[in-house]
Amino acid sequence: MTTIFPQNSSEKGITSRRVNSIAPSGIRKFFDLLATMDNVISLGVGEPDFTTPWNIREAAIYSLEKGYTMYTSNLGMPELRQELSLHLEQSYGVRYDPDSELLITVGVSEALDLAMRATIDPGDQVLMAAPCYVAYPASVLLSCGEPVMIPTNETGCFEIDPPLLEAAVSSRSKAILSGYPSNPTGAVLPRPKMEQIAEIALRHNLLIISDEIYASLVYGIEHTCFASLPGMRERTVLLGGFSKAYAMTGWRIGFAAGPREIIAAMTKIHQYSIMCAPTMAQVAALEALRNSKNSVDEMVADYNHRRQLFVKGLRDIGFSCFEPKGAFYAFPNIGLTNFNSETFAEKLLAEEKVAVVPGTAFGECGEGHVRCCYATSLPELEEALVRIKQFVNRHQK
Amino acid sequence: MSNKEILCLLEKDAKLTPEQIAAMTGSNATEVGQLIKQAEDDHIIVKYKTLINWDKVSNNRVLALVEVKITPQRDVGFDAIAERIYKFAEARTVYLMSGTYDLAVLVEGHTMQEIAEFVTRKLAPIEGVTGTTSHFVLRCYKEDGEILGTKEEAKRQAVFL
Ligand SMILES: Cc1ncc(COP(=O)(O)O)c(C=O)c1O
Repeated sequence: MTTIFPQNSSEKGITSRRVNSIAPSGIRKFFDLLATMDNVISLGVGEPDFTTPWNIREAAIYSLEKGYTMYTSNLGMPELRQELSLHLEQSYGVRYDPDSELLITVGVSEALDLAMRATIDPGDQVLMAAPCYVAYPASVLLSCGEPVMIPTNETGCFEIDPPLLEAAVSSRSKAILSGYPSNPTGAVLPRPKMEQIAEIALRHNLLIISDEIYASLVYGIEHTCFASLPGMRERTVLLGGFSKAYAMTGWRIGFAAGPREIIAAMTKIHQYSIMCAPTMAQVAALEALRNSKNSVDEMVADYNHRRQLFVKGLRDIGFSCFEPKGAFYAFPNIGLTNFNSETFAEKLLAEEKVAVVPGTAFGECGEGHVRCCYATSLPELEEALVRIKQFVNRHQK
Repeated sequence: MSNKEILCLLEKDAKLTPEQIAAMTGSNATEVGQLIKQAEDDHIIVKYKTLINWDKVSNNRVLALVEVKITPQRDVGFDAIAERIYKFAEARTVYLMSGTYDLAVLVEGHTMQEIAEFVTRKLAPIEGVTGTTSHFVLRCYKEDGEILGTKEEAKRQAVFL
């Protein structure tokens, strides 16, 4: 494609400087290669391998039959907000007024975007752990803010280090964006560290934007909701979803919970850009909250079995692999070969037809790692391990 | 890892090896093997079976659900008559039921005729059996929690960040 308009900052470009500030994804090449191949075992996925439990699907179908095809309130259906409020109180002991402190959104994706646009002024800094979910820095940039990456590593269990975080705080810092359990690392932040971060937020008057979309997918530990920590409810925007816990990625439904003032600001943007989350998805989400605990428990138990088998398999091959306690990703260290993470992923795909995501897709400090999603059938996981082992045998340094 | 966890895993997939179960539960394969052996010895694990969609194989198998009404007997209740019934190889599954009849018997045979003969010649005449109603199975949609239709295709994007 020829560029009609110059892209540099002084002249008028066809696309905004804001959009241009987001670097194109470096792994396009990799996607293109993948698209041409058959019989690939993909550990590159980012969603459950379960279909949405039938009771949830059925509730949505019934609502369509009954003709629930209109807009709902901008905030989302009142019944859904009430049920959600109850759910958050029962799960984490945090209370949100369903009429002014909850907003139903088009996934956590929208909620994240709204949270940024509602709180970030040009030049404001948002601190976050790296490697991290790809939308975090992008959403800050789209709000003309400045993402400040706090590197985390395997030795530190990919937990954000409070002193390092505090050292990065400046007069321009506005918020800390926390994403635990983490995509891509599977790390969960232990409560004492969260408390230290909470103190930093209080000391420096920072907001916490907490993406807790994987809250239900934790193994052997309990999830702590950021807003439940002392003094945090008033400065936390909690982003939560249905995509991962209830296997509802395609429904596009999530929520934000937070102080009235912020939710009102987010609602302002939401009402102009979205109107309301899809009605049938809201009905489905209501059914999910009301009647799907058993399904979630079963799925979590199942992920946990696969998690343990897969991480053990990787370690048996010789990888150093930090134990992921949440989400459905493992983030092994590929240091037993001489490849960087992009080459590792490319060669593994080309030679063994196993797709993993290079750690660098999630930020520079993901170098030396690859992300593997174990939400894949047991036979496929085992076959993937066999192929990865063959690959390592050939390329071990 | 608990005994129950092992049993639940094996109930879903009888082919899992002790090594696999150990890896999935973060435990030791020898220990898992011993627990399985113990469960087999205690007849907690009764047998390992395979779920087959026979509709996809040309075969002559007929299945009927037979409702059986019986008069309970002094001291032994329903058990003695149930035993006379479940000892027949044709009776694949036998449940004692609450409600309008007493035993639900799943009877398997090669033809409807064969099942009818079994019910009229063997089952109905048993002393204490006061009535039977046979329902022939026309089609099995789901068995043991598994839907027997065609396998669902994968619908996920291969890579998603
Ligand atoms: C950490 C994280 N946050 C948010 C999302 C997006 O979630 P949703 O489907 O609710 O928009 C994802 C999806 O992969 C994710 O991994």
